[in-house]
Amino acid sequence: MHEIVLASEEPMPLAVEWSEVVLALVVFAILFFLIRKFVVPAFEKAYADRTAAIEGGMKEAAEAQAEAKAALEKYTEQLSEARHEAARIREEAREQGATIVAEMRDQAREEADRITATAHAQIEAERVQAVQQLRAEVGGVATSLAGRIVGESLEDEARQRRTVERFIAELESQPQRDGADR
Amino acid sequence: MTVAGATIRASEEFAPPGPGSFELPPVFADVTKPMILLTLSVVVIFAVTYAMARKSAVVPGRLQFAGEYVYGFVRNGIARDSIGSQDFMRYVPYLFSLFTFVLLNNYYGIIPFLQFPSFSRASFAYALAGLTWLIYNGAGVAKHGLVGYLKLQTLPAGVTGPILLLIVPLEFASNILVRPVTLALRLFANMFAGHLLLILFAVGAEYLIFESGNGLYIPVGILSFVLGIAVSFLEVLILFLQAYVFTLLSAMYIGSAIADEH
Repeated sequence: MHEIVLASEEPMPLAVEWSEVVLALVVFAILFFLIRKFVVPAFEKAYADRTAAIEGGMKEAAEAQAEAKAALEKYTEQLSEARHEAARIREEAREQGATIVAEMRDQAREEADRITATAHAQIEAERVQAVQQLRAEVGGVATSLAGRIVGESLEDEARQRRTVERFIAELESQPQRDGADR
Repeated sequence: MTVAGATIRASEEFAPPGPGSFELPPVFADVTKPMILLTLSVVVIFAVTYAMARKSAVVPGRLQFAGEYVYGFVRNGIARDSIGSQDFMRYVPYLFSLFTFVLLNNYYGIIPFLQFPSFSRASFAYALAGLTWLIYNGAGVAKHGLVGYLKLQTLPAGVTGPILLLIVPLEFASNILVRPVTLALRLFANMFAGHLLLILFAVGAEYLIFESGNGLYIPVGILSFVLGIAVSFLEVLILFLQAYVFTLLSAMYIGSAIADEH
């Protein structure tokens, strides 16, 4: 041991020992290829998997949150829609009620008008009937009275009609005068 | 302790450790202890890192977590920060290998029975520094072309005029020629000096306590021993730091070589 150290006289620590240089390069090259082939990819895979797992989790959470938010919005919208609907229905009902009341009022007025009109018509008809009846009766009575007064038989057909017609013409002009007085 | 060459003479005279302490005898044939240690480191590093990385579970176990911590340190703390997030992945295997390789071989210096930092053999450091030199220059030339790359490395932006005569050779020397040398020497010298210091304290303590033949020296010997332990703790830091610096500088050289503009 000591002999060898002494034998190599002046040791030169900085001298290049080619055997050592080559050895270092070779073993380092082996290490490098082993690490590149096996170790780095495994570590990178772990990194990538972890990143994916974390990002996946975060994405899921964000999705869930977005979903919840969308649901809330939907419900709020539905609620406000329902409120609008209720208000609309109420308004409609009120309008409908008003319409019904107005309709009923119209109907009642019409009915009343109709009844009034019918009554008028009936009165008119009765009046006309009375006038006709009167005309017939008044004709007979007047003729017989006139025959008695005149003493002359007015049985003669033509004469009788002429007389009656003249009387009626007078009579008819009379209610007109009465109408003007009323 | 590796005390080869330390107690050469008779016990009366103290022989200080020196460069000879690093010229270890062959274990067999021409194979020396640092050669074996260096080779062993590859086996150990691959076995450990592969065991850590193998499962690549989403929820890591303790072992995988430790591995990922170291890997992430090199990947993000060194490679990405120095090279930039676009191209760094290509260099992560190299830098991770480099870091673990240098780190373990440095820590050999304080592991009992091994106790020899491989990179106190300068040639090992030359090999790695040369490799880094090839890689960063190769990457630069591949990206910018030879002329473009030389321009990038020797022409600082915004400099014009006759000063270029001075700047260009200086930049060339500092960026192309000196870098591998400083890289290798920094690692080597730190390992060499640190280990020498440890040997000195250990051998000195041994000599003062047991072989000086003077009872008054014994407390000094004990002090030397205690200081040796303190220096060992300092070494723990330095061994790591040198591995980190070597890797970081390699990454920065690569980063500056493939950078678009300064």
